[in-house]
Amino acid sequence: MYAFDYQKAKSVADAAAALAKNPDAKALAGGQSLIAAMKLRLAAPQALVDLGSIAELRGIKADGKHLVIGAMTRHSEVVFSGDVKKAIPALAHLAGEIGDRMVRNMGTLGGSIAHNDPAADYPAAVLGLGATVETNKRKVAADDFFKGIYETALEPGELVTSVSFPIPKRAGYVKFKQPASRFALVGVFVAETGSGVRVAVTGASPCVFRVPEMEKALASKFAPESVANIKLPAKGLNSDIHASPEYRAHLVTVMAKRAVQAALG
Amino acid sequence: MFVRSPHAHARIRKVDLAKAAKAPGVLAVYTGEDIAKAGINGLPCGWLITDVNGQPMKEPPYPVLAQGKARYVGDRVAVVIAETYNQAKDAAERVEVDYEVLPAVVDAAAARKQGAPAIHDIAPDNTCYVWALGDKAKVDDAFKAAAHVTKLEFVNNRLIPNAIEPRSAIGAYSRADDNYTLYVTSQNPHVERLLMTAFVLGLPEHKVRVVAPDVGGGFGSKIYLYGEDVVVTWASRQVNRPIKWTAERVESFMSDAHGRDHVTTAELALDKDGKFLAMRVHTAANLGAYLSTFASCIPTILYATLLAGQYTTPQIYCEVTAVFTNTAPVDAYRGAGRPEATYVVERLVETAAREMKIDPAEIRRRNFIKSFPYQTPVALMYDTGDYQATLDAALKLGDVAGFAKRKEEAAKRGRLRGLGYSCYIEACGIAPSNVAGALGARAGLFEAGEVRVHPTGKVTVFTGSHSHGQGHETTFAQVVASRLGIPVEDVDIVHGDTSKILFGMGTYGSRSLAVGGTAIVKAVDKVIAKGRKIAAHLMEAAEADVEFAEGVFKVSGTDKQVPFAQVALTAYVPHNYPLDKLEPGLNENAFYDPTNFTFPAGSYVCEVEVDPETGRTTIESFVAVDDFGKVINPMIVAGQVHGGLTQGIGQALLEGCRYDPETGQLVTGTMSDYCLPRAGDVPSFRLDTRETPCTHNPLGVKGCGEAGAIGAPAALINAITDAIGVREVPMPATAETVWRALASQKAA
Repeated sequence: MYAFDYQKAKSVADAAAALAKNPDAKALAGGQSLIAAMKLRLAAPQALVDLGSIAELRGIKADGKHLVIGAMTRHSEVVFSGDVKKAIPALAHLAGEIGDRMVRNMGTLGGSIAHNDPAADYPAAVLGLGATVETNKRKVAADDFFKGIYETALEPGELVTSVSFPIPKRAGYVKFKQPASRFALVGVFVAETGSGVRVAVTGASPCVFRVPEMEKALASKFAPESVANIKLPAKGLNSDIHASPEYRAHLVTVMAKRAVQAALG
Repeated sequence: MFVRSPHAHARIRKVDLAKAAKAPGVLAVYTGEDIAKAGINGLPCGWLITDVNGQPMKEPPYPVLAQGKARYVGDRVAVVIAETYNQAKDAAERVEVDYEVLPAVVDAAAARKQGAPAIHDIAPDNTCYVWALGDKAKVDDAFKAAAHVTKLEFVNNRLIPNAIEPRSAIGAYSRADDNYTLYVTSQNPHVERLLMTAFVLGLPEHKVRVVAPDVGGGFGSKIYLYGEDVVVTWASRQVNRPIKWTAERVESFMSDAHGRDHVTTAELALDKDGKFLAMRVHTAANLGAYLSTFASCIPTILYATLLAGQYTTPQIYCEVTAVFTNTAPVDAYRGAGRPEATYVVERLVETAAREMKIDPAEIRRRNFIKSFPYQTPVALMYDTGDYQATLDAALKLGDVAGFAKRKEEAAKRGRLRGLGYSCYIEACGIAPSNVAGALGARAGLFEAGEVRVHPTGKVTVFTGSHSHGQGHETTFAQVVASRLGIPVEDVDIVHGDTSKILFGMGTYGSRSLAVGGTAIVKAVDKVIAKGRKIAAHLMEAAEADVEFAEGVFKVSGTDKQVPFAQVALTAYVPHNYPLDKLEPGLNENAFYDPTNFTFPAGSYVCEVEVDPETGRTTIESFVAVDDFGKVINPMIVAGQVHGGLTQGIGQALLEGCRYDPETGQLVTGTMSDYCLPRAGDVPSFRLDTRETPCTHNPLGVKGCGEAGAIGAPAALINAITDAIGVREVPMPATAETVWRALASQKAA
């Protein structure tokens, strides 16, 4: 790790100002990706602006229609939240599948979606539930938020403050873990919401994506067999030592089927 | 901080140290050229293999810092010594190396092809040796007469050891007495010192102290003398400071000696009743870029000699081609040759049984060795064993009788359930020095121990065996306490320091209790013998009438007795003492050179379920019944078996070192890509033991450290192939691998 300056932000405005002042500064959320990259000297920010003590960024609120989770809420808080378990149990389940206990005690929702790792879990929930990402500047629909590999709609100096999840009729998330990292080799989030069925896939391609064909099939019948024969083309899917594109394409179908089953309980 | 080659194969045109030398905090920077100028030799190989033509193996130089060429990703090119680690690391980035990148080759088959890049000048075909064991003509004849032949081709995947504690070394030079001290994560400090002083640095051995205190795991990877250890020792004198280096985890991945990496074609010839007639094995062994300390004997002496397994196969021929590649050096890793041999034998046996429609347990029974001692056709003489007993116990413990019902129940849940056996044997307690010497060993393989009885009757034991997680402090203390009849708290075990221990060959090959323990027992017996003389004097009895039991010397047939502690005190306060006949003091040394290997063996039964939709395998049951001879501490033995099984399961299901075939880059260079087994990946093991005591050491022990890693992979792959009904699934049997095997089977 190279030496860097460190600043503890007192408020969102304070953090935004610090980041605006120094283009080589990075916001530090839970640090579960950034610190690891810095230790390997793969990332070398000149300064870190720590969001860890900004109280307004942390917490979970439910109002019957939406579940609003602060950006700095730790994964473990989502796992154990009574509100989350009641409103969107699939979301609590998803948070519990992230990394290991230590990662879940540090990692945050905002950090995860702002980083947008192609194999991260949260993007699948945000996109699969059609959530709204709130920043210090605006509100961004999930469909417009995730842009590409490690790329989002966030502009320089823009910070995720919370995510508002519409409470679905039912939802399910099933993930096939890459055995070493425990990231999603393929993870599928399925939700039946007031505005239709959504299917979001993470891990399979450079960025989380929806599967309209599956959504259509599930809208007419929300059952595992509806997606059992829908195959994705392998072309364009991720390829690495852990899985070929063909295997990932196959897993999307299997995980989608199981996610529907999970949603049905 | 070591500057390591980012290229798998590259000529080093120039190393510019100017910027690094001027960086803050830098004390010194050295390259291979400096090492050569200082007259430092390359790292030696401890075992000479003679090839099929009677020629010695090719031994290319293994410089401590690369000279002229870098030969694998991670090869040490330069070293930067600075006030702090971060300063050294910053300065290392300023070392400018002008590389001419050369084509690289990472697998054994490719390295042998015509036109493959030559890694060492002295081995233009990248071949270190072609070695063979057995009577080829007789084996070929037996195959011609066979009713059935089973042939398999497979890879025994390369593994990265990953001890919890990374390698670390502190070199310290003292000008006052011209002495060096090396603190190092070594499994055998005396061997490290001998190799480093006599062969590499040319220092007087008595001027170097090597200290290897509690070390956080080794699995073999810390047996060897590494260039880093040499550099910190030598450089501590140059900069007149202690120098510390600790590997970062990424360095461990790329520069610790790796294990396995065989490509094998194996055939078994059987008669119509399933009796084994002969076995024929061809193996290409990847040795990596350089010959590590014991690299040459692993795929030969510790591999081919185990191909008889537990069976009476009368003829065996094995040919091994050992090859240099642009990868990290390969050497012994938990099991070392024996897991590879067991995999060959047990995959062949299981496959032959299925092909001949004989129950896999039954085919083993028909071929088990039943009378001992037994001379195998591959040089070993098994002293004792009862293979039928361990197999029967495993069948019972694993409820093999109930398997069909469990398979049926699994099928209802959409799961494919399979059962696999592995009946392994290993040769441990390595080895009679004269036998090893005849086979090419350049070192002795005895062990040394010292038992120092203090005036109060408390005992300190010094052992040349090294403990890096094996619990010798407990087991050895138990052995000594029970033999002397004193409380176990009165015995301390000291290891891992050349200044305290008279000599030692260290810990590897499951040898510590069988060889090191025996040396201690011999020293204890000398203590008792001297104690008997002192006691006889104290009790005014004839020495022949004095017996020793339960910590008390007694005159037979009388009530005269003196306790051990009183004898000890008398030895150091010799007022009433036969000074004319006996020296004072109670302190004895012993060296023990074993007369044979020990032969632990056992039967493993593994049950798996495969999810046919994803190919994911889960282990539902794993039963291990081992015969380690006498067991001293059952809890430590169980711990060793658990650890070994877990590493064996890791090899079969999860672990596999991968290099990019084009660039030679290490692809599995972090924990995110190299999959070590975690608690959730293994079942709750069910263990049992059977005892046929070793016939040639006084404790009757055989060794237990490697068994699990040796026996487990074949059991698991046999179970998976049974579950999905295919002949062969490569290791590691990842979900995609199994899914593909299922798909190809469906297509067929």
